[in-house]
Amino acid sequence: MWESVKEFASEFFVTGDPLIYGADVSIVLSIIAIVSVLTYFKKWGWLWREWLTTVDHKKIGIMYILASVLMLFRGGVDALLMRAQLVMPEMQFLSGDHYNQIFTTHGVIMILFMAMPLMFGLFNVIVPLQLGARDVAFPFLNALSFWLFFSGAMLFNLSFVIGGSPDAGWLAYPPYSELAFNPGPGQDFYIWGIQISGIGSLMTGINFIVTILKVRAPGMTLMKMPMFSWSVLSSCIAIVFAFPILTVTLALLFIDRYLGGHFFTLDGGGNPMMYINLIWMWGHPEVYIIVLPAFGIFSEIVATFSRKKLFGYKSMVFAMIIISVLSFLVWAHHFFTMGSGADVNAFFAVTTMLIAIPTGVKVFNWLFTMFRGKITFETPMLWTVGIIPNFVIGGMTGVLLSVAPADFQYHNSYFLIAHFHQVIIAGVVFGFFAGLYYWWPKIFGFKLNERIGRWAFWLWNIGFYLCFMPQYALGLMGMTRRLYTYGWDKGWFEMNLVSTIGAVIMGAAFLVQIWDIAHSIKHMKRDTTGDPWNARTLEWSIPSPAPFYNFAVMPQVTSQDDWHERKLRIEQGLEKPAKVELEPIHMPKNSGIPIVMSMFWFFVGFGLIFDWLWMAVPGFISVIACMVVHSFNYDTDYYVTVEEIKRTEAEAGRVIT
Amino acid sequence: MKTSKTVRCMSFLFMFILLFLTTGCADNYIVLDPKGPIGEQQKDLMILSTLLTLIVIVPVLILTFVIVWRYRDRKGRKAKYTPDWEHSTKLEIIWWGIPIIIITLIGIVTVRYTYSLEPSKPLESEKKPITIQVTNLDWKWLFQYPEQGIATVNYVQFPEDVPVRFEVTSDAPMNSFWIPQLGGQIYAMSGMSMTLYLQADEQGEYMGSGANFTGKEFAKMFFTANATSQEDFDQWVNQVKHTSPELTLDGYKELTKQGTSDVRYFSAFPEGLYEMTVTKYAASHNHGLSTRVQPPARVKE
Ligand code: HEM
Ligand SMILES: [Cu+2]
Ligand SMILES: [Cu+2]
Repeated sequence: MWESVKEFASEFFVTGDPLIYGADVSIVLSIIAIVSVLTYFKKWGWLWREWLTTVDHKKIGIMYILASVLMLFRGGVDALLMRAQLVMPEMQFLSGDHYNQIFTTHGVIMILFMAMPLMFGLFNVIVPLQLGARDVAFPFLNALSFWLFFSGAMLFNLSFVIGGSPDAGWLAYPPYSELAFNPGPGQDFYIWGIQISGIGSLMTGINFIVTILKVRAPGMTLMKMPMFSWSVLSSCIAIVFAFPILTVTLALLFIDRYLGGHFFTLDGGGNPMMYINLIWMWGHPEVYIIVLPAFGIFSEIVATFSRKKLFGYKSMVFAMIIISVLSFLVWAHHFFTMGSGADVNAFFAVTTMLIAIPTGVKVFNWLFTMFRGKITFETPMLWTVGIIPNFVIGGMTGVLLSVAPADFQYHNSYFLIAHFHQVIIAGVVFGFFAGLYYWWPKIFGFKLNERIGRWAFWLWNIGFYLCFMPQYALGLMGMTRRLYTYGWDKGWFEMNLVSTIGAVIMGAAFLVQIWDIAHSIKHMKRDTTGDPWNARTLEWSIPSPAPFYNFAVMPQVTSQDDWHERKLRIEQGLEKPAKVELEPIHMPKNSGIPIVMSMFWFFVGFGLIFDWLWMAVPGFISVIACMVVHSFNYDTDYYVTVEEIKRTEAEAGRVIT
Repeated sequence: MKTSKTVRCMSFLFMFILLFLTTGCADNYIVLDPKGPIGEQQKDLMILSTLLTLIVIVPVLILTFVIVWRYRDRKGRKAKYTPDWEHSTKLEIIWWGIPIIIITLIGIVTVRYTYSLEPSKPLESEKKPITIQVTNLDWKWLFQYPEQGIATVNYVQFPEDVPVRFEVTSDAPMNSFWIPQLGGQIYAMSGMSMTLYLQADEQGEYMGSGANFTGKEFAKMFFTANATSQEDFDQWVNQVKHTSPELTLDGYKELTKQGTSDVRYFSAFPEGLYEMTVTKYAASHNHGLSTRVQPPARVKE
C-alpha cells in the first residue's frame, strides 16, 4: 500500500530538482500565509462578496492585472534562468530537458498568461468608462471569461510541480508534441491550460465588440469614439476570428494524443505541416491582437501630454482596421523555409511588408500629434516617447525578416528572437505599462510616484537594449534559438554575456516597479480631481476611483475628446455644470457561478490530463449544471437608489443637487 | 529631471561599450561573411533591404528627437502651439506615400529574388553538381553520397566550386538544415525530400547546424561542412572507402535511436536507404519544392 502510494507520488509530483523543491516549498508557504491572513482578519466573506463573485468590470480588470503581474514575475524568473544558462559557453546550470521546459513555459506564460490578461485588464477597467457606459454588454460573461482565464493559467502553471512541464515550444509543433516523442502529461497541461483560457479570451472578444457597438453614451458616434476603444474593437475582431482556429487546432492535437488520431503524427498519414499552418493562422493575428490596443494607448497618451488633438484620427482608424485584416494574410512568413515554392513565399512576403505601411502611418501621426504641441514628460508620456525608437527599429527588422530569400538566413536564429522581443516587449509590454501608469489614478484613485517611475523606465529601457541588441548580432553570427548550450569555439560569448547583464537589469527594473507601487500605496496622495493629467476623454470626467455604477448621470456626447471640449466650454463660461435629475441605476447582481463553473472546468482539464475520467466526467456534468442553474436564475439585477448615488458621489467629493 | 540626466549619460556609456564589443569581433558575423554564391546574394539582399528601410527609419528617428526636443513644454518657449490642428491632407498623403514607395521597392526586389534564389533551382556552373543526401535524426545528421557510395555522420565534405545538390529529409521531428556561410536553411521533414543547392567558392571548414528545435539534445546537432579541393575530396572519399566500416540497416536503426553522436564515416550504406526513409512515412505528401522519390526496389542489408 505504502509502496504504491510512494510510486504514484513520484510520478505525480516532479521530483529530483532543487529548483522545483524550492518552488514546492514556496507554493505551500504562500498558500498557508494567504489562508492564515484571511482567516485571522476574518476576510473570507469580504473576499467572496467583493472580489470572487464580482461582475463589476473595474474589479475584474484589477484581478486580470494582478494575475498578469504575477505571471510576469514567473515568466521573468524563467527568462533569467535561461539567460543564466546562456551567459557563457558550456554552462552547467540547466540540463537540456529542463531548459526546454523553461523556454516553453516562458513563451506560453508571457504571451497567453501575461500579455493577454494585462490587455484584458486594461480593456475592462477603461473601455466602459471611455464609452460613457455603466458596464460591459454582458457582465456575467465577463466574470466567467476572467475565471476561465484564471483556471487555465493555474492549470498550466501547475505542470511545473505536478507531472512535468511541456517542452515542445510555445507553439508545440508536432510531431515533437505528439505522444510518440512527448508521452508525459506536460503537453496535455499545455493543451488544456490554453484551451480553457482560450474560451475565456474568445468570450471577452465578443463581449467587447458588442459593448463598443451597442452601449456607447448617447451622441458618441463611432467616429467620435476615443482611439483606445477603436483599437480594442479592431483587436477584438481579430480575436473572434483567430481564437476558434486555436481551439480547433489544439482539439485536433488532443485527439491525436488521447484517442490515437493521426492528424499530425508521422505515421498513419498524419501531416505535421498542417498543424504548423493552423497554429500560425492563429499565432500571427495573436501578436497583432496584443499590439493593437498598445497603439490605442499611445494615441491617448500622446494627445493628452502634448495638449493637442490626436493628429489624423481617420487615418488612425483606417490603419488599425487594415492591420487587423492583413494580419490574417501573412501567417506563412513563419516558415518560408518549409519549401512551399516561390509563388507562395512571394505572396506572403509582400502581404507581410504591406502591414508596415499602416504601421508607419501611425508613427507619423503620433509624431505630428506632438508637433506644435506642449509636451510634458510624466511617466506615461516618457514610456510612449521611449517606445517610438524601439518600435521603429523593431518594425524595421520585421520588414527585413519578411524579405523571404533573406529570411532563409535569419530564420530560427537569434535575430528573430531579438526582433520579436523588440516588438513584443518594447511595443506591447511597454505600451501596456504606459497605459497602466496613465490610468492608474483612475483605477485606484492615486498616482504612482513619478521619481521611482522614472528609474523603472530607464532601467527597463537600458536593460532592454543591452539584452536584445546583442541578440541581433548573435543571429548574424549563426546562433540558433532554443540552444541550451554552445561551445567556446563559436565566438558567441561576449554578446551572450552582455545580453544576460541586460536581462538582470530588466529584472531589477521590475522590482523597482513593485517598490513604486508599494511606496505609492504607503505615501498615497489621493487624487481628488478625477482628472490628474488634464486629459481629454470621458473616463476622466468622473471621480477616481470610479464609483461602482461609473456615471451618476449618463453623459451626452457632442464631439470627439468630449471631456476636453466640455472643460473648455466651462472655462470660457459657455456652459454651466448642468443641474441634473438623478435616477435609480440598473445594475447586475454578483454571482458565484463564474468562479464555481471555472473550477469545474479546471477539474475537467486536470482529469483529462491524467486520464482520470472519474474526475473529468463529473466535472463536466457540473459545468453543465452550472449553466442550467444560471439560466434559471431570474434574480440577476437590482436598482441603486438615488440616495445611495448621492451618498457615494458625496464621498468622492462631488455634490449633485 | 536630475536623475534622468545621469541615467541618460549612463545609457550612452552602455551603448558605447556595446559598439566596442560589436566592432571587436567582426569576423564572427559569419552570415555577413559568405563563401558561396547563394550566401553572397542573400547578403546583398540583406544589405539592400536594410538600406531601403533606413531611408524611412533614420529620418523618423531624427524627426522624433527634434520634435520631442523642440515642443517640450518649458518656460520661454518660442515654438508654435496649435492645440486644434488635427489634419493635413498634404502631410498625410506624404506619409502614406513614402512607405508605399519604399515597400513597393523592397517588394519588387523580394519577389525577383524569391524566384531566382529558390532553393531547388540548380546553380549555374560548368561543373556537374554533386548530390549529397541529408537525413535529420535524433540528434545527429546523416550524410549519404549516392555517387561515391559512402556515408558520414555530423561531418560533410565536398569539393569547392562545385554545386552541391543537398537532398534533405528527416527520420525524426522536423529540423532545419543550415550552413550559414554558404546560404540559407531548408526544413528537413519526414515523408518528403527537399532540394537545396549550395556551393562553396573557397576552401574552408564551415559551421553547420540544425536550426529547428527537435528536443533534448538538439543543441548538439552542429556539424562541420568542409570544402576542399577536388583532389583532397577524391582522396578523402577513397580513404573513407578503405578504412571505414559499412553502414548496415541495423546500424542505421541504431543511428535513428535518440542520442548524440561523434563524427563517423561509413564505406558503404544500404542501397536505397534514403528513398526508404522518405517513403517510410507512407501516406505522406508532396508539396512545393519537395521532389518525389521512387520507393527503392529493395533495401540491401
Ligand atoms: C523581460 C525579459 C525577457 C527576457 C530576458 C527574455 C528572454 C528570452 C529567452 C532567453 C528566450 C529563449 C530563446 C531560445 O532559447 O530560443 C525567450 C523566448 C521567448 N520569449 Fe522571452 N524574454 C523576456 C520577455 C518576454 C516577453 C515579455 C514576452 C512576450 C510577451 C516573451 C516572449 C517570448 C517567446 C514567445 C519566446 C519563444 C519561446 C520559444 O522559443 O518557444 N519574452 N525569451
Ligand atoms: Cu507573423
Ligand atoms: Cu513538407
